Amino acid sequence: MTPAPDLTISGTATIDGAILFAPLTLTLDAGAWTCLLGGSGVGKTTVLRLIAGLETGAEFSGRITASDGQPVSDRVAYMAQDDLLLPWASVAQNVSLGARLRGEKVDLDRRDRLIERMRLQDHMTKKPPELSGGQRQRVALARTLMEDRPIVLLDEPFSALDARTRADMQDLAAEALKGRTVLLVTHDPGEAARLGQSIVVMTQHGLTPCDPPVAPAPRSVDDLQTLETQGALLRLLREGGV
Amino acid sequence: MKSLSVLAATLFALAIWQGIVTLTGLPKFILPGPAVVAETWWQNRWLIAEHAWITAIEVIIGLACGTLLGVVTALQLANSRVARVLVQPMLVFTQALPVFALAPLLTLWLGYGLLSKVAMAVLIIYFPITSSFFDGLMRTPQGYLDLARTMQAGKRAVLWHIRIPAALPSLASGMRLAAVYAPIGAVIGEWVGSSQGLGYLMLLANGRAKTDLMFAAMLTLGVFSILLHMIVRRATARMAGEVR
Repeated sequence: MTPAPDLTISGTATIDGAILFAPLTLTLDAGAWTCLLGGSGVGKTTVLRLIAGLETGAEFSGRITASDGQPVSDRVAYMAQDDLLLPWASVAQNVSLGARLRGEKVDLDRRDRLIERMRLQDHMTKKPPELSGGQRQRVALARTLMEDRPIVLLDEPFSALDARTRADMQDLAAEALKGRTVLLVTHDPGEAARLGQSIVVMTQHGLTPCDPPVAPAPRSVDDLQTLETQGALLRLLREGGV
Repeated sequence: MKSLSVLAATLFALAIWQGIVTLTGLPKFILPGPAVVAETWWQNRWLIAEHAWITAIEVIIGLACGTLLGVVTALQLANSRVARVLVQPMLVFTQALPVFALAPLLTLWLGYGLLSKVAMAVLIIYFPITSSFFDGLMRTPQGYLDLARTMQAGKRAVLWHIRIPAALPSLASGMRLAAVYAPIGAVIGEWVGSSQGLGYLMLLANGRAKTDLMFAAMLTLGVFSILLHMIVRRATARMAGEVR
């Protein structure tokens, strides 16, 4: 893995000539979590997909650059709201999917270590439909870690989980992805306040950077400043709304 | 419980059949009752078995060839835009032709023997297999493809590890449909020109007013088709994701 770089995306996106987002510049700090917070339809997922090099349906004119000058899209790992586990493959096979797809030899030791780290060692041979929602997202996280990429893109990965599992997953992900350049796209102000080392609110008027709480992430769910930030973020979201 | 309900339904059907025979008083050569048919079946069991064996072979070879051909075609179509543009309209058009009308042609081209019946069965199942598997291959959830993209997967690897496994349930439903259609295809082939098989036996019995034998042959074909469907259903259960 190359050291995690700074990442900058600047430009504008249109869909059939209509502006999806006006010219904007978003910088992701190297080795830190940036939370991009916004409501539905403001184009925050488009920003993430552009960085990932995925089809967006939008016309993007601008640049996506890494501070080390190397290409971006082949150094990302991607995790979505849907865990995207293959239902016919076992937990172990899902975790090693990337290597299998590239025709590489699977590093079995590493795979097993990651599965253990995600507390899934008793579920190695199970298929995803036999797992709970939280377990499935832990498999997805193990698969993401297995890729060992310096840039990690998270598209609302915890939003389908119940409150308790969500908080657990946030802690686990924050710890596991330390040192990588992480972009977390979310519509949950509480999540952004807990995890963001830098928080940016995206509305139709553009990007508004927002001061994160001083406590190191992941912050405690009842940390007062975190709750204050959550409130401030929600206010920003509502003011920027349609 | 399930076998009990099958038994109940069978008895019910037999009762209706017998009821119609008794009420209308139709002669045996118009509508034989279940008891007469059963007796005829038993008396001619070896004759029926011999012809059923021929039909079974035609159907099984047809099913195997048709499935193979359908799978290969679907993979080609899914893999190449050129193939889609050139082949897909042809496929739809052949489906619009009445396959029954092709039976005499096939007999003319391939003769009275096994080949023309196998061809008929293949023709009739080729489309359901191809189109169901092809649909499955083209409907891979976008999320999987996105994930594979971020993992720098090649086209071939995506096909092998993601698109084909994701399409197997569709292929399974195509194969289940094919198991029902294939016997129909073989029997049509036999009707048009043959000297063996259940279709031939039915035609022969009908021509000689041996309606009871005709019924016996027809019911044998029905039972065979249901058995085949059950076997294919079970064989494809894993593909369909019903068993893990």
